[in-house]
Amino acid sequence: MELQSRMASAVLRQKTDISDTGRSNTGTDVFGVVVLFALLSFMLNVSPASADWNNPYPASISSGKTLYSTFSSPPKHLDPVVSYNSNEWSFLSQIYEPPLQYHYFKRPYALQPLTLDQMPEIFYLANDGHSLDQSEQANAAYTEYHFHLKQDVRFQPHPAFAKQGEQFRYHSLSEEDLLEIESINDFQFTASRNLRAEDYVYAIKRMALRQNHSPILDTMKQYIVGLDEFSDEVTNAYQQLLQDAGATVKNRYFDLNAYPIDGVKVYSDFHFSIRIRGVYPQFLYWLTMNFFAPIPWEADKFYKQQVLVERNITLDTSPVGTGPFYLAENNPNQVMKLKKNPNFHAEYFPQDGLPEDADPTLLNDAGKQLPLIDEAVYTLEKESVPLWNKFLQGYYDASGVSSESFDQAVSVSGGGDMSLTPQMQQKGIQFINAIQPTIFYFGFNMADPVVGGYSEKQQKLRQAISIAINYEEYISIFLNGRGIAAQGPIPPGIFGFDQKRFNAYVYEEKEARVQRKTIEMAKKLLAEAGYPDGKQSDGTPLKLFYDTAATGPDSQSQLNWYRKQFAKLGIELVIRATDYNRFQSKVRGAKVQLFSWGWNADYPDPENFLFLLYGGNAAIHTNGAGINSANYDNPEFNQLFQQMKRLPNGEERLKIVQQMVEIARKDSPWVWGFHPKALALYHSWLQNVWPNPLANNTLKYRNLDVQQRSDKQLEWNKPVLWPIGLVLLLLVVSVYPLVRGYEKRQQAKIRVSKKGVAH
Amino acid sequence: MFAYIVRRVLYAVPILIGVNFITFALFFMVNTPDDMARAQLGAKQTTPEMIAAWKQERGYDKPLFVNLEAEGVAQITDTLFTQESIKLFKFEFGQSDAGRQISADIYERMWPSLAIALPTFILGLLTAISVALLVVLFRGTVLDTATMMLAVTIMSISGLFYIIAGQVLFSKLWHWVPISGYQPGIEGIKFLILPILIGVFAGLGTGIRWYRSIFLEEMNKDYIRTARAKGLDEIKVLFRHVLRNGMLPILTGVVVVIPTLFMGSLIMESFFGIPGLGSYTIDAINAQDFGIVKAMVFIGSVLYILGLVLTDISYTIFDPRVKLS
Repeated sequence: MELQSRMASAVLRQKTDISDTGRSNTGTDVFGVVVLFALLSFMLNVSPASADWNNPYPASISSGKTLYSTFSSPPKHLDPVVSYNSNEWSFLSQIYEPPLQYHYFKRPYALQPLTLDQMPEIFYLANDGHSLDQSEQANAAYTEYHFHLKQDVRFQPHPAFAKQGEQFRYHSLSEEDLLEIESINDFQFTASRNLRAEDYVYAIKRMALRQNHSPILDTMKQYIVGLDEFSDEVTNAYQQLLQDAGATVKNRYFDLNAYPIDGVKVYSDFHFSIRIRGVYPQFLYWLTMNFFAPIPWEADKFYKQQVLVERNITLDTSPVGTGPFYLAENNPNQVMKLKKNPNFHAEYFPQDGLPEDADPTLLNDAGKQLPLIDEAVYTLEKESVPLWNKFLQGYYDASGVSSESFDQAVSVSGGGDMSLTPQMQQKGIQFINAIQPTIFYFGFNMADPVVGGYSEKQQKLRQAISIAINYEEYISIFLNGRGIAAQGPIPPGIFGFDQKRFNAYVYEEKEARVQRKTIEMAKKLLAEAGYPDGKQSDGTPLKLFYDTAATGPDSQSQLNWYRKQFAKLGIELVIRATDYNRFQSKVRGAKVQLFSWGWNADYPDPENFLFLLYGGNAAIHTNGAGINSANYDNPEFNQLFQQMKRLPNGEERLKIVQQMVEIARKDSPWVWGFHPKALALYHSWLQNVWPNPLANNTLKYRNLDVQQRSDKQLEWNKPVLWPIGLVLLLLVVSVYPLVRGYEKRQQAKIRVSKKGVAH
Repeated sequence: MFAYIVRRVLYAVPILIGVNFITFALFFMVNTPDDMARAQLGAKQTTPEMIAAWKQERGYDKPLFVNLEAEGVAQITDTLFTQESIKLFKFEFGQSDAGRQISADIYERMWPSLAIALPTFILGLLTAISVALLVVLFRGTVLDTATMMLAVTIMSISGLFYIIAGQVLFSKLWHWVPISGYQPGIEGIKFLILPILIGVFAGLGTGIRWYRSIFLEEMNKDYIRTARAKGLDEIKVLFRHVLRNGMLPILTGVVVVIPTLFMGSLIMESFFGIPGLGSYTIDAINAQDFGIVKAMVFIGSVLYILGLVLTDISYTIFDPRVKLS
């Protein structure tokens, strides 16, 4: 009925338009135009008045508190024990709940309980297991963490928990049972149960099973007591089971509950403990990651059924969590939908911790129960043009800024300050701009005889190059100013970073301003290093080799820029571009001289950056497995690293970190590169946007003014109709000469002259 | 004809083995199983144990073409190439290296690809033939010259330009259709209009020029002169004689394309957010997912061979003089 009235309205409107403008001469033409327009309206399923022809969402989800966002590449793994990718975590962290989380507002970053009643109790133990005092913690052989769970945490409704009598309803499915089933949400019966301590322990056990390919297993084996032995035992037992049964890891359940881990104990449904070797304060940060999210054994067993695997219904595609949202649709090539978990426990918007200089309206929802929205729809957008335009049309609530749209969105003042362009301001768009806990660096292979080494001359060569590579210029040219030049390995916001302490080997203070040293000073250092004017002892220019995986046409300008930086010193930079596999292989084998790489913080601790320079992690000492790609190995630095690692944040630790940074600056194993800034735009109807790059579970804090969004969408997307009339008019007008031409040709007669020649 | 089809199918077997051989050789020349494991595991620190377990689970620990540790025929059969090729010939595509069922993924993604490719193909064919007929009807006139110039212009401009221009004009400025996206069913029509229109338009230049030349060739034949001499008007001549006889080269030329339509279009699907098969192979190559690459190359080859067989069959249908033996 509604459709009919819309069509009638469209027809009437179009008729009026045409007669008013005199675009049609005959009733037949008008009828044709009207029919065509009605057809078009029908196809678009809307009338002009509804003004949402270009709305990319079905009417069923366009209303309600639904947040619209995007993702740039399809998530491959949604199994929390496997996934180690920020794209995937942006979904997983809304669904799963590890024991701890980061406080949304507090800076420096602070941990708080998520599914726990309180922060974990920590006991320091001697070798014989007796408890030590806080003062003796540095000598502890073990640290034991005790976790007490909240009692109101429940899993999302899920068929894995559904029972018929005492039996699980869906744990022995046949092909016939699944005739109507295409996704996990198609099952008729679902159930839930309380979160139990054993679910966290089960997650650790899944991590230990080598067949699950957890990326942190080998790291955790160094810390969790008994995990190494447990991993070998269950991996071998599972392997044997698979061989005997001729099954695969996908379709054969393995009962991990039958095997204990020495260092992980369950005391009750709501209390468990983890014992780790030595003192490792950073362990708590790992407990904010999805690797430690609880997994109910029922779900693991449920998903290991061949009939489900054949339909891509696995724990890797269909998560089961206790978080504020559940995955309502998983179509990684098009759309991912999260919906509010009806079983979500009581959690409230934070009432404190907001920095003083922050916008106080961020606390408007303080104390309200989370989550604040009902649904989030994420659409796959591989190309920046459609993404940006849909954001401007109001169909995405927030967007990043690509380099193509940067000038349209942001103005940069002479001082480097960013602000929105008038066009963006007119639309009420706002932006946040935050430095990421990330570093992109330019590394020297310290094992290389030319650029490596620890002698004063070798240090000076690297320091000279560090001055010459002008990262302020790089940031301005290639990043539109979105970044800051790094002064050392630790980014802002991480303990140990001090804005006042600059790298005195590259910068100097002049007229109360810190600025890069001049190229003359770099040349002087180079001469002292034994390369006057960039020349070697035989008079030939120093030639250095830079390995890179950047082979595309877009990279050429950056590579040319690097060449120019070295040319300032008279050094010839030879680019050795290769594919990423070869590049990685060369770096692992220490077969490079110069290279670029980056690191994104796993957790807000200096250890997570300084371990990139720890000698024990050098690729050359670890058969390529180490994370220290520059192969930096300074004994003094290494000793301080071991000390720093065991200490809690405080004066003593700060002093050691600063000492380490100073040693690294002098040795210069990296040109420190830059820390990027993330720039995000969002519409005025999206609320509570606050940058927290380490917390991934922030969707629950977002709020929306849906009415404002709806009004703006209508205002910004009114269809422009005159081109339709113009096209139809052109068609009608062009038919006439064609018909006339044809008729003329048909009426043409051949005249035969007396000589028999046709005219 | 049955014997002919059976023979063609048998010919296809060595071709497919050859295609497989080249696929395996090229892929593993560029990516070692260790590289693939690192790419799939995605860990910041990938240990040798992790890599070994990953390879063992997927069979990448086996030698590629020859197993020197085995004896007798097992030297050839107990290899990655033979094991995987046998599965492919049985159309068992198994799992991608990332762990998803490939056949389920293909089934899910082929429909959006077809939703774009099929209407684009049919409308493009009809439009190009109609315009070519019109041009032939007015051959030698300003319309003919102008259309040919337009056709050459359309051919000369990159398809990417039409996509971006179409999105800017029809969605950004005039707000007629969504700029990108996809919905299955009737609600999805509004998402398909723009990519189909652009697809049809971008292909018009080539189509018009090709079909025009076919029709013009027919126009100069004796039977057309006879038809005119009988007093048939020009439209009847065009539709009854020129079109019917011109369809033979056209149909045989397009039949070969039909089976490959479901493979989708990479650029079109990327820009319009269509979750089709267009980017499936490219994404897999980038992700070093050999499971998908080998399956898609194999399917592509099978479809191409199928297209050629269909073309041969279509000759016999449209031209009774042709007999397959």
